[in-house]
Amino acid sequence: MNAHDIGDLVEATRVHRRVYADPDIFELEMERLFGRAWLFVGHESQVKAPGDFFTTFMGRQPVVVVRHQDGNVYVLNNRCGHRGTQVVGEAAGNADNFTCCYHGWMYRTDGSLRSVPLGQGYASDFDLDDPARGMVRVPRVDSYRGFLFASLAEDGPGLDDFLGYMTTSFDDMVDRAPDGELEVAGGIFKHTYDGNWKLVLENWCDGLHPNFVHISSVDTARGQSADTHTDGSGEIARRQMLQNGASLDFWENDCGLWTFPGGHCYIGDYHDDEKLVATRKDPEFAEYIGLLESAHGAERAEEILAVGRWNSNIYPNCSFMSQFRSLRIIHPIAPDRTQINVLLFKMKGAPEKMFLDTVRFANVTNGTGSPVLTDDLETYARISGGMESQGSDWIDVSRAMEQDQPFDHGGSHSPNGTSEIHIRNMFSAWREYMTDGGARG
Amino acid sequence: MEARVAEAPHDIRSIEAFLFLEAALLDERRYEEWLDLFTEDAHYWIPMERGQENPFDTVSLIYDDRMSMELRVRQFDTPNRHAQAVKTWTSHVIGNVMVAGEDQDGALIVTSNCHVLEAKGEALRNLGGRCTHRLLVRGGSYLIASKRFDLVNCDAPHDGFTVPI
Repeated sequence: MNAHDIGDLVEATRVHRRVYADPDIFELEMERLFGRAWLFVGHESQVKAPGDFFTTFMGRQPVVVVRHQDGNVYVLNNRCGHRGTQVVGEAAGNADNFTCCYHGWMYRTDGSLRSVPLGQGYASDFDLDDPARGMVRVPRVDSYRGFLFASLAEDGPGLDDFLGYMTTSFDDMVDRAPDGELEVAGGIFKHTYDGNWKLVLENWCDGLHPNFVHISSVDTARGQSADTHTDGSGEIARRQMLQNGASLDFWENDCGLWTFPGGHCYIGDYHDDEKLVATRKDPEFAEYIGLLESAHGAERAEEILAVGRWNSNIYPNCSFMSQFRSLRIIHPIAPDRTQINVLLFKMKGAPEKMFLDTVRFANVTNGTGSPVLTDDLETYARISGGMESQGSDWIDVSRAMEQDQPFDHGGSHSPNGTSEIHIRNMFSAWREYMTDGGARG
Repeated sequence: MEARVAEAPHDIRSIEAFLFLEAALLDERRYEEWLDLFTEDAHYWIPMERGQENPFDTVSLIYDDRMSMELRVRQFDTPNRHAQAVKTWTSHVIGNVMVAGEDQDGALIVTSNCHVLEAKGEALRNLGGRCTHRLLVRGGSYLIASKRFDLVNCDAPHDGFTVPI
């Protein structure tokens, strides 16, 4: 498949169904997109002390994220330099060294090879210091305010260039912590669905779908008696389910979408006092605001809370939202199979109740048993089914195109939260990665 | 809550019959009647971590207080519950029923092993593990004060859960 063929799959108003369903395209995505872009791998708080590590995937490459004694975080290919065995079998832990279970090759936590049993039996020019003999390091690792990213490509734009204006979305989340720091806590959801990895990114900034996909949870919440006993969980569930029932007028005219080079985007103008008012009346939320004001002054605290972004997508592998502090990582498995891992964050310096709400929100919207998410998962499965149909080869992505406007920082904006501008933007980035090697902008 | 030794022997057959009734209601998709087996302040919990201590500082596959349970059950009756356009049907097998004791509220702590087959269209899923029911006696019959289902693969990646199990 040459660049011309791939380029033909993406047009201004439509994309070919092969981009979602073709196994050859999927393999190329793993190589040219997941193999080049900066991918979110975790948070610094997951590897606090030297020797702390966890395993994850970059695309489908198994890696280990580890804090070395020199204080740096390394991302290592989880593969022994001998015969390719995965060296680290545990999901997470702390280790002075990593030892391969097969023949005992031992690696330092920066991936360098420390010792090899019966080493004299290997080639006479066997060199312990040869980086290719180690757990090969992923070439580029960087972090922004605690969020760790890595790239499998040796060259390319730096992380700050890659993120561009989207650093402000991370700022939005981190600045909400009175102590200015976040910490991963509360467990990691892992849920799987029968659909392509791109579908979730499209869904998370889709302002039109809630009225249709989530109608059953909205109707259920509307009919719920307020007298029923709740320990707070049901109340959060009811409130969040209702939010998806905002009017089409709200989605179309009140909130909007902002998109940036590289495929990134966010929904903005989403929060207003009416959504937060229930929380603002809460005495523990008032305590939180007080702490934020002590840290920054009333004016700056108000400024921080006024940032009204809903989901922010960092293309291609993560999305997060600040109001309840959760982040979703995309792990592609096959063209029609994806796993999503969800990280939750505690705000340092905030009352415990704020994290309680984070957990409750996660259960109702991101949880495996979520009354909301399960209808999205059903939708993704039906999309996969529909992609098998040869009734039409083209997927329309032109909604509200005439309302696209330029925005600062090289971006674009739609005043219409139901626009498909973010999908057009993602496919524009997709085509660059897939045809000319990932030039950004 | 500390379990203390029960003061009277328990009618294990009655307890089993009650658990079988709960399972039958779920397998027949009689969710409103299933809800009636629970107290007004009950909760239903499927932990995400092995030995999870509480549902407040860690997420759960399902953690429902009474209001959430009602939301979950009532959602089946809405006309557009897409995830149940093709209905999920279950088959429960309950075994290894034991009474662990009573808690300080006088609720019986009952443990059982529960295996569930879940069928949706062509898909068939096995779920199973250990259930812990806290049972109160009201007016001669049992009511569930809480149900905790520790799945043997609680920490594995899962597709969505739509029906109570």
